[in-house]
Amino acid sequence: MNNTEIVKAGLCKRYAREKRFQFYGKAAVMSGFVFLIILLFDITTKAMPAFSITEILLDIPMDRGTLNLSTDTRVSIDDAALAGIDYAGLVKKALRTQFPEVTKRKHKKLLYRLMSSGAGFEIKRQLSNNPGLIGDKPLSIWLKADDDVDTFYKLERITSRIKTEQVEFIASLKTQSRIRTALNWDFFTNSDSREPEQAGIKGALLGSFWTLLVTLMVSLPVGIAAAIYLEEFAPQNRLTDFIEININNLAAVPSIVFGLLGLAVFINFFGMPRSAPLVGGLVLSLMTLPTIIISSRAAIKSVPPSLKEAALGLGASHMQTVFHHVLPQAMPGVLTGAIIGMAQALGETAPLLMIGMVAFIVDVPGGVLDSATVLPVQIYLWSDSPERAFTALTAATILVLLAFLTVMNAVAITLRTYFERRR
Amino acid sequence: MTTTSLFLMVAGLGLFAFFLSFQRAARYSGPKRLRSLPHHYASLTAVWTAFPALLLMMVWTVIEPGYLQQQIETNLPTEIASQSSEVIGLYLNKVHLTIESQTVDADPVIQSLVVAYEKAALNSRYLNTAMVLVLCLGGIAVGLSKILFKVHARVGIERLLKAFLILCSGVAIVTTIGIVLSVLFEAIRFFNAVSVFDFMFGTTWSPQTSIRVGQVGSSGSFGAVPLFLGTMLISLIAMFIAVPVGLMTAIYLSEYASPKFRLMAKPALEVLAGIPTVVYGFFAALTVAPFIRDVGGLIGLSVASESALAAGIVMGVMIIPFVSSLSDDVIKAVPQTMRDGSLALGATQSETIKKVIIPAALPGIVGGVLLAASRAIGETMIVVMAAGLAANLTVNPLEAVTTVTVQIVTLLTGDQAFDSPKTLAAFALGLMLFITTLFLNIIALHVVRRYREQYE
Repeated sequence: MNNTEIVKAGLCKRYAREKRFQFYGKAAVMSGFVFLIILLFDITTKAMPAFSITEILLDIPMDRGTLNLSTDTRVSIDDAALAGIDYAGLVKKALRTQFPEVTKRKHKKLLYRLMSSGAGFEIKRQLSNNPGLIGDKPLSIWLKADDDVDTFYKLERITSRIKTEQVEFIASLKTQSRIRTALNWDFFTNSDSREPEQAGIKGALLGSFWTLLVTLMVSLPVGIAAAIYLEEFAPQNRLTDFIEININNLAAVPSIVFGLLGLAVFINFFGMPRSAPLVGGLVLSLMTLPTIIISSRAAIKSVPPSLKEAALGLGASHMQTVFHHVLPQAMPGVLTGAIIGMAQALGETAPLLMIGMVAFIVDVPGGVLDSATVLPVQIYLWSDSPERAFTALTAATILVLLAFLTVMNAVAITLRTYFERRR
Repeated sequence: MTTTSLFLMVAGLGLFAFFLSFQRAARYSGPKRLRSLPHHYASLTAVWTAFPALLLMMVWTVIEPGYLQQQIETNLPTEIASQSSEVIGLYLNKVHLTIESQTVDADPVIQSLVVAYEKAALNSRYLNTAMVLVLCLGGIAVGLSKILFKVHARVGIERLLKAFLILCSGVAIVTTIGIVLSVLFEAIRFFNAVSVFDFMFGTTWSPQTSIRVGQVGSSGSFGAVPLFLGTMLISLIAMFIAVPVGLMTAIYLSEYASPKFRLMAKPALEVLAGIPTVVYGFFAALTVAPFIRDVGGLIGLSVASESALAAGIVMGVMIIPFVSSLSDDVIKAVPQTMRDGSLALGATQSETIKKVIIPAALPGIVGGVLLAASRAIGETMIVVMAAGLAANLTVNPLEAVTTVTVQIVTLLTGDQAFDSPKTLAAFALGLMLFITTLFLNIIALHVVRRYREQYE
């Protein structure tokens, strides 16, 4: 057998191996896609129930006697009188009129549990907006059901949290078409709550906003300044090398270590308030600084040297050249890096756990010193809750977070393509 | 004035100084024209106005509390001042509480101290405001007097600007030092209570049992070996997923795929890299872990509901884009001549890749894998949400294990005094984490750089 024959004999096997290798490669790429699709599909299906909410139509008695107000119609009703009304009692009374056959104490309790504990507040809100509702005509109003009822009604699955009597109540309401699912606006306009049907993400959204604002205000100027110095002015010496090593290294330090830094330095040493967006923003800006510096340096480096030389040749100082000509040219690239850094900061959770942004906070933060939580931490908190309805809320919050990230990245990509085309 | 309004006043004065000086410089009518543009002089005046004043404000906020404290202590009645330091401390606490709550205390001595304190605070604030004002006005005067031919305002401003730039690039160093110091100090305090040996080689981890002071050192409940083992187990599972898939993805995309396919596949991978880790954690805890448990149940294996496998798999997927983009860079850097040579000798493409490109790119790939490993070790949210809390000493991926990062989070999110050994242990773990990842990063960066130089 000569060489040609030996090669030819093995050729079939080698081609098969080639095909197999290519197949592995394709499979590897595809497995990434498949995982991404499964992940998004899973979260979307889990999130869907959170965008709708079950409501029950009740006829709330509005006569002055039941409201415990003065029966004299000439007496006007002030806020103090409105505040004194037992709104939860009104809901219970309406439920009893709806189901007159329920007499046993145990069953009544189950009946009351059909409604959300926030149902009373809704009546209060309606009344204080329009005191004219008070009169002999009962108020027909759609009120939120309890989260267990909500889960049962939407998924039509009997869980241990719902009793057979309650199932009967719901069936009866359904035949009278007194129960429906509506869009859950409260998810966007409410803050965190212990009751899933009343919980929303407004507080977390604003917390994220304040935190990112601090991050942007600190890391963008400092990052650009550092990039300009390192790219344009820094002499080649040990100190410069040391700075560069530090930057590269910080980019790879685990984020939780930045949280430890924030806890030890900002909170314990400087005595800044816990859970405040200010501290969160500072920690996140230290974390995103390497990203911004590295991308800004690349952008500054890509400005054509001819531009710089022209400016220097016309007598501009080095500083003027940089600030009047190089930086404006590099700005789109710098901003792209900044947006990507901000997107990273928006999704970061671990360091914020360290500085106490995990507290249960109902108030919407109004500034950088108020206690707040952020979107990813809200996801973490809700994913830990035992109630089933919180799972849907968690998934819905994830969708909101991903939507924000998509928008930010889309802006960054558009900016980059625009920038490249102009070149 | 409060600090905020004082700050706003200084800022306003600085702005005023800028415009005033700009007008003066623009209308300058000396024998020769000024050497710099009006805004250079104006900026210099603004800096003269605001900078010293802001510096003074900063110093004041640092010194003031100590000064006020001293005011109270010197005014203490002798019968209290002569007692032990603990009694004095208690007494001072009472005074501070009264000041903070803005109430009137029944004890006339305390009340007199409160009044004295408030008087001193008021005086200090007046003095501060006055000094800041004087500094600002003096700054304006100095700035205006500098609008002369012989003053090179541009050079001065540029020098200041450059100092600012240097300061900003120093932030990276300061951050590193801050991390090292904060973690190191607390860790040393921890090692005063628990010996290093017990921490590094002890096999029981149960920080909850050692709250009482007497038993901290002897109980040996701070043995971190289970945590190290758990971290390694989960990271290893992650690397088993991420390295083959990531590497094959990089090879396929850089060697086989058409440009069109690449253009589509790359952004999709970037999406995978851009998903927040908390989302992966949610997916791991609520979808992957129950799925693995059910599958295990079907084939007769008992799988913990918080198995290391679930966390490891999801973490592996998270790292795929990281490995693939790093390997992609490295494979692209292999010179085309090497490919051509191999193909010309009759090797198939896969043989070229396996026998020429991968060996040539190996150092770079190893560097990338090390960076990925450091990421896996430091990853927090996936393991916090999907791995367990119990420190089991096991290498069985179907059981629940805990990791260093999980313990840091659980130790620091509870409610206990900051200097209990329990909280300090978190910093000791943080120190270990920092050192490990630093070590991996330095080696990886070094390897990658050496490799790049080889082909450049």
